[in-house]
Amino acid sequence: MKILAPFQKRKTEKVNSEIFSVSRRDFLKASGLLTGGLVLGVSFFSCDDKGKKVATVAPNVYLTIGSDGKVTIVAHRSEMGQGIRTSLPLIIADELGADWTKVEIIQAEGDEKKYGNQNTDGSFSVRMFYKPMREAGAIARLLLLRAAAKEWNVDVDQLDTKNGQVIQRDSSKKKDFGDLVETAKTLPIPKASEVKLKDREQFNMIGKETPIIDLHNIVTGKAVFGIDAVVEGMKIAVIKRCPVVGGKVKAVNDSKALAVPGVLKVITIKGAGLPATLSKPLSGVAVIAENTWAAIKARDLLEVEWELGPNAGYDSAKQIEELKQVVAQEGTLRRKRGDFNAAKANAKKVIEHTYIAPYLAHATIEPPCALAVVKNGSCEVWACTQNPQGARDAVATELGMAVEKVKMNVTLLGGGFGRKSKPDFILEAAILAKESGLPIKVQWTREDDIRHDYYHAMSVQRIVATIDSQNKLSGWAHHIANPSISATEDLSVVQPSDGELMLGASDFPYNVPAINIATHDAKAHLRIGWLRSVRNIPQVFAAATMLDEIAEARGMDAVSNALELLGEDRHITFEQELIKTSYPNYGEKIEDYPWDTARMKKVIERVAKLSGWGKSMPAGTALGFAAHKSFLTYVACVVEVNVDQNKKISIPNVYYVVDCGLAVNVDRIKSQFEGGAQFSASLALKSTITVKDGQVEQGNFDGYQIIRMPDSPKQIHVDIIDSDAKPTGVGEPPVPPFTPALCNAIYAATGKRIYTLPIDLSI
Amino acid sequence: MAKYSILVNGKKHEVDVLEDMPLLWVLRDIIGLKGTKFGCGKALCGACTVHLNDTAIRSCSFPVSAIGEGKITTIEGLSEEGDHPVQEAWEKYVVPQCGYCQTGQIMNAAALLKKNAKPSVAEIEQAMQGNLCRCGTYNRIKAAILEAAGTPVTNG
Repeated sequence: MKILAPFQKRKTEKVNSEIFSVSRRDFLKASGLLTGGLVLGVSFFSCDDKGKKVATVAPNVYLTIGSDGKVTIVAHRSEMGQGIRTSLPLIIADELGADWTKVEIIQAEGDEKKYGNQNTDGSFSVRMFYKPMREAGAIARLLLLRAAAKEWNVDVDQLDTKNGQVIQRDSSKKKDFGDLVETAKTLPIPKASEVKLKDREQFNMIGKETPIIDLHNIVTGKAVFGIDAVVEGMKIAVIKRCPVVGGKVKAVNDSKALAVPGVLKVITIKGAGLPATLSKPLSGVAVIAENTWAAIKARDLLEVEWELGPNAGYDSAKQIEELKQVVAQEGTLRRKRGDFNAAKANAKKVIEHTYIAPYLAHATIEPPCALAVVKNGSCEVWACTQNPQGARDAVATELGMAVEKVKMNVTLLGGGFGRKSKPDFILEAAILAKESGLPIKVQWTREDDIRHDYYHAMSVQRIVATIDSQNKLSGWAHHIANPSISATEDLSVVQPSDGELMLGASDFPYNVPAINIATHDAKAHLRIGWLRSVRNIPQVFAAATMLDEIAEARGMDAVSNALELLGEDRHITFEQELIKTSYPNYGEKIEDYPWDTARMKKVIERVAKLSGWGKSMPAGTALGFAAHKSFLTYVACVVEVNVDQNKKISIPNVYYVVDCGLAVNVDRIKSQFEGGAQFSASLALKSTITVKDGQVEQGNFDGYQIIRMPDSPKQIHVDIIDSDAKPTGVGEPPVPPFTPALCNAIYAATGKRIYTLPIDLSI
Repeated sequence: MAKYSILVNGKKHEVDVLEDMPLLWVLRDIIGLKGTKFGCGKALCGACTVHLNDTAIRSCSFPVSAIGEGKITTIEGLSEEGDHPVQEAWEKYVVPQCGYCQTGQIMNAAALLKKNAKPSVAEIEQAMQGNLCRCGTYNRIKAAILEAAGTPVTNG
């Protein structure tokens, strides 16, 4: 079983939908629902390039209309703050013409066969499911219209749906959905090819602002996160894990731990060793107790002798120093356009810098946790997982069970950001539940989380830019070294994958005659994973701050420089310049989601206007600009910074313009950008993970800092381009351009260029 | 182990626990009130904020033995119907994203407004700095507190 990174999956598959009746018994079995009525299932299947059906996957989203008028929609993607439990169901409800106040959302368990892809990352829930959700709603709508037409003996064309009723235009005739269920049950389910989707003007919810459905439960403390899952007789496990990745337990003295009142058992978990993998637990010793406090206390009293393994000597600062020398070399050329060496030889000016960015931890405020019950050869789990199917497969493999024997219930996630895509903490619960014969909740402490993460990898990059005698940018060479995510599965991998390179490096869109993108060897010594926007973070930090320096060298402002370098309106392709490297385009065909310079120029022009780019500002205050397309969404960002005499940085305003195609839930798009700016502010100003003797040096929010309210960006203005283009995701795209825009603003305010993250103006 | 009688949301609870057990785990594991969240265990993130009498405390670092006769209020006891002005303002501004830190944020904000009915923006930032939000909802939190205080501002 392999857990795939967000950019490795769903290469060119298309998702289509078909709706069909599901027997009431099957549905009740599947959903635990107790209401009767009409049950529609949406089947998702994949098509090959010619549109031929290649595989039929069992139903993925269920829509039920009860005789009481209640519409129940199954949310199959994980909710971690992006609002997807609201945004996908509202698409169905809008197309159906449902009364949103009567819609109930239930969360799907992890089941590949039943629901199709549930792996919630890569900002693709809306991108992938917008059309299938609309078709699901439209098919149900047509069925209800036909039922009413039959009952009233009128033509379907005279009918419409609104607020949970079928209405006849030009008459007062109307009937609740619930009252049409009996007739609808007797009719065949319409085919997707028979429905006509609504025109945009007919939408009541899509393109507007809908509050999240869990709002009231959250503010009253009733929302159920992973940490809140409970079963009868549940015990708590807290684990002491090997401080070095790949290390193993040699000997355990658990006498003090067992003496803590409430402690029941101590169990050793063997762990993956090396490679650590994306789907196995670390080696450790677990304390099982009646309550969390006893488990934490006793865990801290365990005396464990470790065999630390080959990573015990690892020093991150030392590796960064070494990589500075490494990226000074030629490296492995992955993209080539023109002759960079000639451009350099003929340059009037050469700008060259090395950029450093640290390891980062996800630090979801809800630490990893999972509850497992193993009995009678089956396992049931409740967990805050982004990837319920991957977790289910991993548990089945680990426990030697058929996958059908594992039930994976998904709770709300108290933050995800890529951390909860990995099932290691869920496997710990499953292993301990099996070994102990008890229902086990594994609870990670904050220290466990900061010290045993799947880290965002540190990065060393060198960029060389050449400007010719015509004052044109004539050459761009971008050298990259970082431990790769792939190395977590395969230690022989020492260079970034195509997918990692695509995130702000090989996708360099600017019209420069000579381009070299080269990668260099960097070994992994930690578990490397992905963090919100992944390699876009360091790669766009380096590229977009260098672009600002290029603008200055050319005597241009950064916005004009970017617009000029993007060149004429066109669709950019990269494949022909790539060397033994593909361009995954975030899992979509480039023909379907082209790199469109016109769309990028539009967001840039608009952000310049929105921010008052070019206006004069008081001393110590300045604007900085950066723009970047990631996860197929175009974003331009201007950050206003103030740096006072004590070098204290404050951020009064952030301006974003986003083109994410058709905007589904406007309020949640805005909130993702508001939060994305704060997330990026954390990594720009606060966060760093360092490793000495193979062990992470930070342990809690004192050492690993994230932005707090007083330092946080104050006003975040989000302007969404009005568009009918296919919708694209917004979870990750806000993050990459903020940090370089901030760095560029700091330069404009202080004259100091930033080459190392997090920003430190004292050095 | 020792026996304690503590008053939570107006109800007396007799608990028999380790003397140093933080209030957080008494609430969550012993009494079963799950609205108060665990985030750091070191009073660094504020997810576990509850009221001791009218003051916000970090329950993850507050031993049960130190409560004595004090009245504990958790998110479950802040209002009968979830209609405390702070909760209503949170709903109006759709503050939460993942929601995990929000009960702690709300309890901290409610305690702030008890002490200072009309806080300035600077006072809000000062009072709320111990509550982390990884989703980054700070500006909506600020707007909601100002709303609850009856001094709403319109901002972008």
